[in-house]
Amino acid sequence: MITPRRILATAATEFRIARRNRWVIIAMALMALFALVLTAAGSAPTGGLGVDRLSVTVASLTSLAVYLVPLLALLMSFDAIAGEVERGTLPLVLTYPVSRAEILLGKLLAHLAVLGLAVGAGYGVAALAALLTDAGSLAGMPALWRLLWSSLALGATFLGAGYALSSLARRPSGAAGLAIGLWLGLVVLYDLGLLAAVVADNGGWFTTSAFPVALLANPADAFRLFNLSASAATAAVSGVGGAAAVIPLWQSLVSVLVWPLVALALAHAAFRRVIP
Amino acid sequence: MMTSTLKISALTKRFGDVAALSDVSLAIQPGERVALLGHNGAGKSTMMKIILGLIPATSGRVEVCGAMPGSATARAQVAYLPENAAFHPALTGLEQLRHYLSLRSEDPGQAQQLLDQVGLGAAARRRIGTYSKGMRQRVGLAQALIGAPRLLVLDEPTSGLDPVSRRDFYALLDQFAARGTAILLSSHALTEVEARTDRIVILSGGHLVAEGSLPALRRLADLPVALHVTARNGYAPALMDALPGAILVGGALHMACPQSEKLALLGRIAGLGDKVADLEVLPPSLEDIYSHFSRRDGQ
Repeated sequence: MITPRRILATAATEFRIARRNRWVIIAMALMALFALVLTAAGSAPTGGLGVDRLSVTVASLTSLAVYLVPLLALLMSFDAIAGEVERGTLPLVLTYPVSRAEILLGKLLAHLAVLGLAVGAGYGVAALAALLTDAGSLAGMPALWRLLWSSLALGATFLGAGYALSSLARRPSGAAGLAIGLWLGLVVLYDLGLLAAVVADNGGWFTTSAFPVALLANPADAFRLFNLSASAATAAVSGVGGAAAVIPLWQSLVSVLVWPLVALALAHAAFRRVIP
Repeated sequence: MMTSTLKISALTKRFGDVAALSDVSLAIQPGERVALLGHNGAGKSTMMKIILGLIPATSGRVEVCGAMPGSATARAQVAYLPENAAFHPALTGLEQLRHYLSLRSEDPGQAQQLLDQVGLGAAARRRIGTYSKGMRQRVGLAQALIGAPRLLVLDEPTSGLDPVSRRDFYALLDQFAARGTAILLSSHALTEVEARTDRIVILSGGHLVAEGSLPALRRLADLPVALHVTARNGYAPALMDALPGAILVGGALHMACPQSEKLALLGRIAGLGDKVADLEVLPPSLEDIYSHFSRRDGQ
C-alpha cells in the first residue's frame, strides 16, 4: 500500500540532499543562462513571421529543453539507487516499513521539484524578455504553459530511465556511463540516424510509414513534435520539427503522457530486483 | 500462552553451490537477549538479512512477530542496526533521524531526544559527513530505538564504541528487554556478551553448532578446568610430588582437570593443609568454549 506521508518524507529528504549538493542552484542557473542566450540570439529574425514573440521563444526553448531536460534528469537520477548501494544506506532503509515504490516516488517527486524550479527559472526568464519587448506575447502563454508541463513529463521519463539504469548498474560509475549512453543515443544519435535513413530512403516506405512511428517511439522526439505541432510557430523551426505537420497532435500527446509511466514501471521492475 | 517473537525452523540458504546456512532452527521469546557468535563467514549476517526480509531463504520457515520476514507487518515491528551503519553525508544527524521517524509514522520531534539518549545531542546539527565512525554507529543505534520494536536485530552493535559507551548501550538494551523486546545481536567482543545476554547461539560454517545459556554451554563443552596453586615458601617441591601433572610457572603450580574430577582434586589440595598459600579455580572462558564449538565442525 502506498502512503503519501512516507513518499513526502522521502521527497523532503531527497530535496534537502539535492539542495545541499548544489543541484538546485546549478540546474536553475544552467537553464536560465541557456534561455537568456537563446532569447538574445533569436531576437533578430522574428519580424516577418506574423507570430508573437513568445511563441517564437517557446519554439526555441523546445529545442533547448529536448537536450537539457533529459540531461539534467539523468544527471540527478543515475546515482539514486547505485549511490545508496555503494554508500551502504540501502539495506537499512529497506528494513523500514516503506515500500520500494514509495522510495522511488519520493525520489521522483524531489527530483521533479528541482527540475520544475530549473525549467521555471529558464522559461520564466525567456518569457519575461519576450513580454517586455512584444506586448502581443500574451498570445503565446498557452504554448509556454504546454512547454512547461510537457518538460516535466519528459523529465519524469528520463528520471525513471535513470533510476532503472541506476538499479541495473549497482555502481554509480557504471550507472553514469549508461546514463550518458542513453542520452547520446536517444537525444543525439537517434535523430541523426533517422535523418540518414530518410535521406537514403528518398521518399519511400521508411519515410512515409516507419519515420512517424520512430519519432513517436522516442520520448524526446515526441516531446518536440507535441510542442511544435501545437505551436503557431512551426514555421520558425526546421529539420525534424517539419514532420510535426504530418503527425496528429493526439499521437504525440499520448506518447508524452505514456512514456513517464513506462519509464517508472521499468524503474520499479529494475529496483525490485536489487538485492541489498 | 507465550508466542515466540522470532521463530526459525530448518532454515537453509544457498548462494549457488555454497551453503551459507544449513538447517538452522532457533526461537527467541519476548524480552530475551540472544547473542549470535561465529567467525567471519559463519552465516551471521546472512541469517540477519533473511530475518529482515532483505534476502529470501532457499528453504525452511522464518516467522517474525507472526508474519513473513520483510512483510509490512514484520517491518513495522523490527528494528535493525547494520554493521558499519552508513548514512547520507550531506544530512545532519537530526535531519536523518527525523526522516527515519517519519518513515515509522512517529513524531519527528523526538529526534533530538533520541540523539541525546545516545550521547549525540551536541552534534545533532552537524552533517553526518563530519562524524567519526563511533558517532555514525550511535546514529544507527538511535534509529534502532525508534518506537517500540518487538525485535531488535543488531549486527556488531558495539564495534567502534568506547568501553563507557558500550556499558551505556547494554543498559539501553536491558530497558528494551525489560519491556518485552526480543534482541538478537552478533558480536566479536565475547566478554561483554557473556555478561549481557541470556542465551548464546554459535554458528560455524552455516551450521548452528551450539545454543544455550553460558553455564549450559560450559557443561556441554566439558572443557578442562584450570587450577593455579601457590605454595607456601619452600613447599613447592613437596606440592609438585603430591600433585603429579602440575607444572611450575613463576612459583605457582598450574594444572588442569576434567570437570568431573574437579571436586576430587580440590579435596586433595585442601588435604595438603598449610603447604598451600592460595588456590585459584579458572573455569573455561567464553573464548575457550567458543573455539571448542566453532572448531568442532572441521573448520
